[in-house]
Amino acid sequence: MLSLQETPERKLRVATVSLAGCFGCHMSFLDMDENLLDLFELVKFDRSPLTDIKHCGSCDIGFIEGGVCNSENVHVLREFRNNCRTLIAVGACAVNGGLPALRNQLDVREVLREVYFEQPGVVSSTIPNDIELPLLLDKARPINEVVRVDYFIPGCPPSGDAIFKFLTDFIYGRTPRLDYPLIRFD
Amino acid sequence: MNSENTFIIDGMPIPFEPDQTVLQAALKAGVFIPHLCFYPGLRPNGNCKLCTVIINGRHTSACTALARSGIEVENNTPVLDDKRRLLLQMLFVEGNHFCPSCEKSGNCQLQALAYDLEMMTPHFNHFFPSRKVDTSHPEAFLDLNRCVNCGLCVQASREVDKKNIFALSGRGRASHIVINTPSGKLGDSDFALSDKAASVCPVGAILPKRGSFAVPIGQRIYDKLPISSQTEFLMTRKT
Repeated sequence: MLSLQETPERKLRVATVSLAGCFGCHMSFLDMDENLLDLFELVKFDRSPLTDIKHCGSCDIGFIEGGVCNSENVHVLREFRNNCRTLIAVGACAVNGGLPALRNQLDVREVLREVYFEQPGVVSSTIPNDIELPLLLDKARPINEVVRVDYFIPGCPPSGDAIFKFLTDFIYGRTPRLDYPLIRFD
Repeated sequence: MNSENTFIIDGMPIPFEPDQTVLQAALKAGVFIPHLCFYPGLRPNGNCKLCTVIINGRHTSACTALARSGIEVENNTPVLDDKRRLLLQMLFVEGNHFCPSCEKSGNCQLQALAYDLEMMTPHFNHFFPSRKVDTSHPEAFLDLNRCVNCGLCVQASREVDKKNIFALSGRGRASHIVINTPSGKLGDSDFALSDKAASVCPVGAILPKRGSFAVPIGQRIYDKLPISSQTEFLMTRKT
């Protein structure tokens, strides 16, 4: 399929991150099988769990998995927005908060108390508050409630095919569009 | 075809029978108009406004507008679909619609419409409202997080089951389904799984307990085919 297309002049730089997510979308990304080889001809990776680069340089595409549930997520997301020309929300958590947002009906203090004091077998006298630990937000939020987001790929996770179709559409300058079987929220 | 009893949708002639609405005639003719709160056999109530079409230049709910000879209906246009997508997005952020953890996923009309209209994001800031889950009934549960206030259960219970179990209470953002029992619990009502009200919910707000995954996700009604190509199913639904 790709050989029929005009190859872009240079490889696009892609940064990826998992915020309040489960890495399922990254797994799904890797699950695109032999399409990965085609994709690697078109992109190179900047900050990503795949490269272990810790900070995001100037990039063409920011691939964000997961929503925003703590202060570190906010910092990382803003770093991506400041450095990526195009930001893509990938997966249910980035798009609508996903499963982490199920806690939004509960009071954070109550949640922490339940986890660190009330659970059977848990012996602790304090809620961890080391200065290095990011503070929880009162609610887990989708990323477009914190920064401007250019594109969204829903799904839990979106299939490897959906991610591949979306990225290649984008890279070749087409309007990214998913066919019916590739648009899934579950 | 008798031209006396036809009207036009997007340039296509649609036959109709007396007392049919635009939506009923369209679905019968295989033309899809997005809708949530219409159910065959129940009186159309025009709640959700997703079926909004333009009839002779005026925005109208297709489910409540009677079909008349010669009217011209705009339905499948980018402008109307944009507005419908907007309505869907508002419905999604107003409740707690987490498809990955919902038993109804794949059979859900709200989700199916979002797929069909390519709603890639709910766009607006989420309300994340705090709503109740009522598990008091032995056979069914009521999860108001997923409710879109379409009123179908209210109507089915009142007009078909003659039980009057459900009602819509409150106004605007505060409107919600209430149960007509002193405790407000579904378990204290005479609700039964065989009720019409148990099967009309377009989302996953009223669901039978147990057996929700008898048909696996991926093989459900709207998993394979878009809702827009299932007009016959939509018109012949009985349970």
